[in-house]
Amino acid sequence: MSKYRLDYLDELEAEAIYILREVAGQFEKPALLFSGGKDSITLVHLALKAFRPGKFPFPLVHIDTGHNFEETITYRDDMIAHIGEKLIVGHVQDSINEGKVIEQKGKNASRNPLQTTTLLDTIAKHGFDACIGGARRDEEKARAKERIFSVRDEFGQWDPKRQRPELWDIYNGKIHKGENVRVFPISNWTELDVWNYIRRENIPLPTIYFAHQRECITRNGQLMAASPFLNMDADDVIEHKNVRFRTVGDMTCTAAVESYAFEIDDIIDEIASSKISERGARIDDKVSEAAMEDRKKGGYF
Amino acid sequence: MDILKFITAGSVDDGKSTLIGRLLYDSEAILADQLEALHASNRKNDDGTIDLAILTDGLKAEREQGITIDVAYKYFETVKRKFIIADAPGHIQYTRNMVTGASNAALAIILIDARKGVIEQTTRHSFLVSLLQIPKVVVAVNKMDMVDYSEEVFNNIVADFEKLAAKVDLVNVTYIPVSALKGDNIVYQSSNISWYTGDSLLQHLETVEIVIDDSSAHARLPVQWVIRPQTDELHDYRGYAGRVSSGSFKVNDKVTVLPSGFSSTISKIELYDKNLEEALAGTSVTVHLSDNIDISRGDIIVNSAGQPQLSNVIEADLCWMDTRPLDTTMTYLVQHNTKTIRCKIQEVIYKVNINTLEKEHDEDFKLNDIGRIVIKTAEPLAFDPYQVNKANGGAIIIDSRTNVTVGALMLRQSVE
Repeated sequence: MSKYRLDYLDELEAEAIYILREVAGQFEKPALLFSGGKDSITLVHLALKAFRPGKFPFPLVHIDTGHNFEETITYRDDMIAHIGEKLIVGHVQDSINEGKVIEQKGKNASRNPLQTTTLLDTIAKHGFDACIGGARRDEEKARAKERIFSVRDEFGQWDPKRQRPELWDIYNGKIHKGENVRVFPISNWTELDVWNYIRRENIPLPTIYFAHQRECITRNGQLMAASPFLNMDADDVIEHKNVRFRTVGDMTCTAAVESYAFEIDDIIDEIASSKISERGARIDDKVSEAAMEDRKKGGYF
Repeated sequence: MDILKFITAGSVDDGKSTLIGRLLYDSEAILADQLEALHASNRKNDDGTIDLAILTDGLKAEREQGITIDVAYKYFETVKRKFIIADAPGHIQYTRNMVTGASNAALAIILIDARKGVIEQTTRHSFLVSLLQIPKVVVAVNKMDMVDYSEEVFNNIVADFEKLAAKVDLVNVTYIPVSALKGDNIVYQSSNISWYTGDSLLQHLETVEIVIDDSSAHARLPVQWVIRPQTDELHDYRGYAGRVSSGSFKVNDKVTVLPSGFSSTISKIELYDKNLEEALAGTSVTVHLSDNIDISRGDIIVNSAGQPQLSNVIEADLCWMDTRPLDTTMTYLVQHNTKTIRCKIQEVIYKVNINTLEKEHDEDFKLNDIGRIVIKTAEPLAFDPYQVNKANGGAIIIDSRTNVTVGALMLRQSVE
């Protein structure tokens, strides 16, 4: 016996690789949900470590709201070309055209809630039995109780009262037909862990994560990128700000923070001293105290 | 920097959530917007201060009922260490949740209310900590402010607990007098308890030694996935992907593959683009062997000089986790490492009354029941006794009708 221990980033990496390989071993048709954000980019990097020199045993799936930051899509396409893996895109616009969802109206209209339907339809269409996602338990209180293998019923719903016990590192991926499992390999990472890992591994990121000049408006106390997707009225004042984004969601619900963090070291310093949690910059969580729990039950990732 | 995973055992009444809240609050692990939500909440302590317990109540239903039902994971760090807290409920009806939280913990904090001392639930919690083989134990005697910070009260509780610890085989116990509500000895050493000169709870958590087993005799690598690119340039590439669950492997080690029993030598250990000389417990790697033998998911690679037991009739401790009782006539599934096969619980040897530690001879194994059984599996399992090597001694039982995890097994020994 000795006192040797892996460094915490090695430990987190080893756990995530282990979970990805469990998905490969236990499921017939898994998929990796790719949002273009830093967490799912980290997942892709971990998948390279888990499966190279072989191919990924799953495609990447992107749910495209049509209201993306252009930089995210450029990044996505470049990355896919570079790693040579398969990408499947589910379009929210298709769900709107098919009449399955109705576009929201008004000043705070967002396509964010609509993606649940597109996601569930994409899962059903391709028959995915496991979907790997980049959610972390430190993001929000409801996530703190979610399992690493989290079973969803036929309607994509999460039932927090009926979660399976998850012991040691034994993950039970047995499901009935029609059900699927959401798998969260970086559950135990914090936002800062992800950034430190990205720095250590030199993982490239979409440019919007770094400080840049952008036209913004202030809404509900938060800075939003001015875009054709944001319904604006006469009261809205466009200002030029130095900003960056801490998460990469739909343009209509992802708030910017004023920042002069141009390099990854600056970002890590900024987060380490920050007093606002990452989801504090996501308007969709602010609706009610139990907002996340309600949306998860409905099938949101 | 490393990571310490710990569990807190106690009930709402002992101030468990307040203790965790205090740890997070005083170590400044709470961010401004979370703090804002905390201040905005209308739940306050009697004296008007913030109810820190809110920080750990995750689910709506729990907030309504004011109790912690499930296991919640909380993350914080200091300059010395990163911490993951598994916050599990302490009431007897949530024994399975505590077992779940305890399965991954390197340390347990057992909470005792200074006014009540060692009570029935303390016995239960101590038994579970011992059953799950959590290596380090802290007994936090809480609510010291309610007993006038009395040294005598504390000493009596320590003496009572020592007797209990001997009964359930708990070693490495550290005792700390605290008040989570007032913040005494949680993060900062307390001036109210000047007779206590040891570390505060956080100081102890920051410095307690985490020991891992890196002996080659316990080297175990359950194979998760076989990497075979079958491209022109990698035509003969065959890598066995998995995580070293215990011990350590080196290049040139003689290894045996179980259950087949074939032997070979490790020719290469890869981690993505790096070749490693040695892979320690916890590392996810891809291993190559010098002989071409048939290996697939579910097999385990072990050091030839230190082999596990191989058996399909095994005595084990069982914790039942389902509302539907154990049926000894039914075929279940057992998942051990990367192998899932059919099994039967063929005999219940005894059950333990976990409040009194008395053995009961009762075949009826219900939700939260714990006892000793004999399991028969469709194929032999390559396991180590849980007491000796946790990483290769735990398994779960799955009900194939519902696919739900219904039991936790701590394997003990072959009874063939």
